[in-house]
Amino acid sequence: MKFGTEIVVLSLFAFAALVAAGFGVEGPFRQHMGVLFFAVAGFTAILLRNTDFKPAAPIDTSAYMDGPIRYGAIATVFWGVVGMLVGVIIALQLAYPHLNIQPWFNFGRLRPLHTSGVVFAFGGNALLCTSLYVVQRTCRARLFGGKLAWFVFWGYQLFIVMAATGYLLGITEAREYAEPEWYVDLWLTIVWVAYLILFLGTILKRKEPHIYVANWFYLSFIVTIAMLHVVNNLSMPASFLGSKSYSAFSGVQDALTQWWYGHNAVGFFLTAGFLGMMYYFVPKQANRPVYSYRLSIVHFWAIIFLYIWAGPHHLHYTALPDWAQTLGMAFSIMLWMPSWGGMINGLMTLSGAWDKLRTDPIIRMMVMAVAFYGMSTFEGPIMSIKTVNSLSHYTDWTIGHVHSGALGWVGMISFGAIYYMVPKLWNRERLYSLRLVTWHFWLATLGIVVYAAVMWVSGIMQGLMWREYDEQGFLVYSFAETVAAMHPFYVMRAIGGAMYLTGALLMAWNVTMTILGHQREEQPMPGSEPALRPAE
Amino acid sequence: MGLMDKHAIIEKNATLLLVGSLLVVTVGGIVEIAPLFYLDNTIEKVEGMRPYSPLELAGRNIYVREGCYLCHSQMIRPFRDEVERYGHYSLAAESMYDHPFQWGSKRTGPDLARVGDRYSNAWHVAHLSDPRSVVPESIMPSYAFLKDAPIEVKDFSTHLVANARVGVPYSDDMIAHANADLMAQADPNADASGVEKRYPKAKVGDLDGNPQQVTEMDALVAYLQMLGTLVDFKTYDDAAGYR
Repeated sequence: MKFGTEIVVLSLFAFAALVAAGFGVEGPFRQHMGVLFFAVAGFTAILLRNTDFKPAAPIDTSAYMDGPIRYGAIATVFWGVVGMLVGVIIALQLAYPHLNIQPWFNFGRLRPLHTSGVVFAFGGNALLCTSLYVVQRTCRARLFGGKLAWFVFWGYQLFIVMAATGYLLGITEAREYAEPEWYVDLWLTIVWVAYLILFLGTILKRKEPHIYVANWFYLSFIVTIAMLHVVNNLSMPASFLGSKSYSAFSGVQDALTQWWYGHNAVGFFLTAGFLGMMYYFVPKQANRPVYSYRLSIVHFWAIIFLYIWAGPHHLHYTALPDWAQTLGMAFSIMLWMPSWGGMINGLMTLSGAWDKLRTDPIIRMMVMAVAFYGMSTFEGPIMSIKTVNSLSHYTDWTIGHVHSGALGWVGMISFGAIYYMVPKLWNRERLYSLRLVTWHFWLATLGIVVYAAVMWVSGIMQGLMWREYDEQGFLVYSFAETVAAMHPFYVMRAIGGAMYLTGALLMAWNVTMTILGHQREEQPMPGSEPALRPAE
Repeated sequence: MGLMDKHAIIEKNATLLLVGSLLVVTVGGIVEIAPLFYLDNTIEKVEGMRPYSPLELAGRNIYVREGCYLCHSQMIRPFRDEVERYGHYSLAAESMYDHPFQWGSKRTGPDLARVGDRYSNAWHVAHLSDPRSVVPESIMPSYAFLKDAPIEVKDFSTHLVANARVGVPYSDDMIAHANADLMAQADPNADASGVEKRYPKAKVGDLDGNPQQVTEMDALVAYLQMLGTLVDFKTYDDAAGYR
């Protein structure tokens, strides 16, 4: 029977969720289990509607397994739009506080929804689908483990749904970028180990003798995130039928564990994984080999070694002992070098193909991504210097820095990879429209420029206002006055974000039309075809 | 064979690559985090720290639930302007019973490490219910719903037990009286002497202006009003605590 085992296991899972929804010790936990029940039961119903008792058609095990990757590409676009939309909403809430709708849609509950939505739902699905795409093609091997890839894909979506609905219900561990409570963490651990087995298993059955550089980055990202996730989320539940748990560590140790995790969520999830993406899709789209093999070896080992040390720069001048702060700062500055090693390797891959910047908006997007990667990994070490940090910390400058990396690097390289993969995954000759990609490129780029510039001004201004003294030695501004001064910048920031979101909506339209098999009739990019010239 | 050529060995062996990269990424965390657990001078010697009372802990859980830490830090840095604005710079000892820590990373609103005793209970209730009624420039969301939400408890002692398991020194006495103390602290008709004995400096009595019911607002105000008030800075030696 098709889906026989799945239906039985999922039905039991749904039943367990229903029991937990009935016997939970607190309201939010019961509601959360209700959500879980409806999600799993709904999925089971879909499987039941698609089951049949005919013998299954034989699967061609010599071909690549692209089903989960197609779903992953759609999920990337979908969650990207959702996560960015929530971002625009909370940006508007800061400018117009009346937009807060208590209790579920207050800023404090929506912000984790935005960060997890873009980092783990959008970024995570982009990593999931590109890593599975790349590993098969660079190893010339079908994904390992039969249906394991489907489990990883749907298991990860369930994690996203549980995390997101949990935030709205107020279920959180209050650890930035690791907010889900203990039972959602346990579920993610299972899914993540399955992902590691799937990825490593595929590498082990490769037909290529060498493991391609993109896979080094993907593999180190997967294994490091496993380590970070498990250690940072160690906690003691108050009840196994309740959502609340208490972190295993306290105070200063808890703070450093969290930022060891938090900074390496950036370092491994948002950097190493996406460098893997860069190492496959940039050479492919440019049709040029990677610039330097030697550089890729050196910067790979340097970046994964150095990144882990950088966490304490989130805790400068706090109650964390000085020695740890200084160590974190020193390593953060050193980190500049391997980061730029990656940027140089990506940019120089275009040697001999720079003309494609004029004619190919996809490569333009990827190059802009790598350029933003270079810019934000230069800004980061500067902000980790204690003197600079004393001004920038706690202000919007940090938010601007994060977004130049997240929108510029992570977003743009993912868009580039999606535009590259979608026509190939659905066997389309080309994208629906390259002109729309150009629009997307400019909306996104200008949106980031607005966003980052506005946050620089507001962040530095706020930091300076907090420490402004008059000639008699009194503080000049009350805190409330510094809040009021932020208003115009919060409005402009929302506009920058909305431009970026509009670009993502164009991508969703473009990708949908491509999947449906449409091609827009449009003028080719100027210069992409040799122009005929009259004979002289 | 040059060093770079030797790298081919790792490139051809996935297990070696996996183990190698895992080893490389563990070093930093071990060197930076592990010493914090055994170096004696990590946490200063202070007088006055105690575990949270049940009502304060419930209030802290609401603070966590609503994501207050996303806009408010609880960590005063040792700068002239911060010390003048907020009070004595924060010590590691002051968050040693905090599971999780709430130092925060952003100040969209002001630091709250020493907000305790700065405003009246009534001010906090008004501010949480309608922030712009007392601070016109505020962009904080409203939390008026807390006034109507009774504290939901099946057995709050399990929360103290969980904290005790991760190292907070809750005594058997505290755990045994957890459920009664939770209600007694904010009930003007109850005998709160046990709460005051077990949790010195705890704010007792009706906190949210509604004596009929112990609400989430009571809990949150109890927590906010004790923040940063425990350590006795008259007996604290800055020079000895420096590290």
